[in-house]
Amino acid sequence: MPTLSKSTLTDRLMQAIFTLNGLFCVGVLLGIFGILIMNTLPMFSEIRLVSFLTGTLWNPDAWGVPQFGMLSMLVSTLMVSLLAMVIAVPVGIGTAAYLSDVATPKTRDFVKPMVEILAGIPSVVIGFIGIVLVGPLLAGVFNLPNGLNAINGAILLAIMALPTIISLSEDALFAVPKSLEEASLALGATRWQTVTRVKIPAAMSGIIAACVLGMGRVIGETMTVLMATGCATAMPHSVADSVRTFTSTIAIELGEVPYDTTHYYALFGIGLVLFIITFAVNLIADIALSRYQWRRS
Amino acid sequence: MRLRSLLLLGLTFLVPLSTFSHAKSDMIQIKGSDTLINLVQRLSESYMAQSPAMISITGGGSGNGIAALINNTTDLANSSREIKPKEAAQAKRHHISPIPIIIALDGICVITHKHNPVKKLTLEQLGKIFKGEITNWKQVGGAEGPISLYGRQSNSGTFSYFREDVLKGEYAASMKQMNGNSQIVEAIERDKTAIGYVGLGYAKENAAKINTLLISTDGKYYANPLNPRDIAGKQYPLVRPLYQYAKAKPAGAVLAFIQFELGKQGQAIVAEEGFVAVPKEFVSANQQALK
Repeated sequence: MPTLSKSTLTDRLMQAIFTLNGLFCVGVLLGIFGILIMNTLPMFSEIRLVSFLTGTLWNPDAWGVPQFGMLSMLVSTLMVSLLAMVIAVPVGIGTAAYLSDVATPKTRDFVKPMVEILAGIPSVVIGFIGIVLVGPLLAGVFNLPNGLNAINGAILLAIMALPTIISLSEDALFAVPKSLEEASLALGATRWQTVTRVKIPAAMSGIIAACVLGMGRVIGETMTVLMATGCATAMPHSVADSVRTFTSTIAIELGEVPYDTTHYYALFGIGLVLFIITFAVNLIADIALSRYQWRRS
Repeated sequence: MRLRSLLLLGLTFLVPLSTFSHAKSDMIQIKGSDTLINLVQRLSESYMAQSPAMISITGGGSGNGIAALINNTTDLANSSREIKPKEAAQAKRHHISPIPIIIALDGICVITHKHNPVKKLTLEQLGKIFKGEITNWKQVGGAEGPISLYGRQSNSGTFSYFREDVLKGEYAASMKQMNGNSQIVEAIERDKTAIGYVGLGYAKENAAKINTLLISTDGKYYANPLNPRDIAGKQYPLVRPLYQYAKAKPAGAVLAFIQFELGKQGQAIVAEEGFVAVPKEFVSANQQALK
């Protein structure tokens, strides 16, 4: 048998290493999903699925009968996350467009690192800013008794999602071929029309990926919402109400719950619901993107 | 060249070995109550100045402390409440018999915004307010306006104590659940319609920022928790013992630290931090536990 040359061996070795790497990542994801499922299923011996999904009261440590309804927390989580995205997406894409098309190279060199530093601020610090600065501001502006509510949480989460959205959208816009931009300008379009009707649509896959990543960060954020949203278990009736998200509940309760009790399994159930929501967001973004690209081609 | 870099690499592995020179029994891990954390930190600082022991303290709430004791990740659990029957059963399954030691007494103070005209309540009114049955300040003699409730989260011993001794029912779902005593003080400082409960030490320390309510059990005498006589004379109803739970009969470094806490120096620090020293009736219970 002819011996393989050194370069072929190296090639095959690198292939194997990269394949293992990829498989490892998939394995970790499947493993986490497996653990969530395995630790959620025992819950159904004591709690009915319907009351878990539609019950509005979450009170496992109750004075009377323990309640395991997650609907209020679902509404709270979605309220805070969607509001945060409504703030972060326009501001983020706008800033990205500013950085890629309007800012001078000097301004760009200053603003871009600032945005990246914003990403490095610890979530507890942002939560603290929410309590000390944003809360009283909101209370003053909207004439509320206090600023510990969903709006506060949404503003803070938007601040945390912005660096992700801005960085990735800006990279996506930067990657649009110069020829496209030049052709548009040559045909007589203004710079505004070029950015909004040519560059952003061309970079749409990158921008949507940026927003989905931002949304993932927002849904999974724990410390900030724990500190700034008031953690009241009641179903919120407006964005000015105190809310409790899934992540806050897990953070508050997982530390003190004895292992292998119904409460313990129910908390994993909440984790599983979060996992499914993130998965669904990614799926919807993928579908939206493919339909958008199909319509353009 | 390669030999030198290999030697340097080897030396870096010796650095962590130096920490093993401390005998493991000299390290004391304490976890649990947020109400106790400042007090126990001061006690441990004072103790470490006169002993080779190393003490590490973290918070997380009484529930977390007891869970850590059961899961054997801590030597002592700070707790502002007694161990629950479910937790005791769990401990038994893990072959741990928690020993309670009372290291101080705490008063639970009910605090409101500085400009709130309501200065006193009966225990029954307080319970109804936190259960959500009284929702407007007008109903207890204040200005028109909805009452904004602040309490702790379910991992807190203070949360459990307040529910058992004042509410005897369930908290209103609209109560905002804050992370710790400091957060409640900060929030009430800014909210004119707020009411909340914190440990005595926090109320004393922040007396300038918030107002502490006088509480009455019979509607006639309204006791002030900031007045030591009302606490010692048992007129103030919300006084509770603060515990440290040990995994088993305390021995060695843990026992030495506990004895320091219960001694003259320790109890003086307890009084300085705004708590109440252990009264005579609990001293004998402690001695029984430590024998």
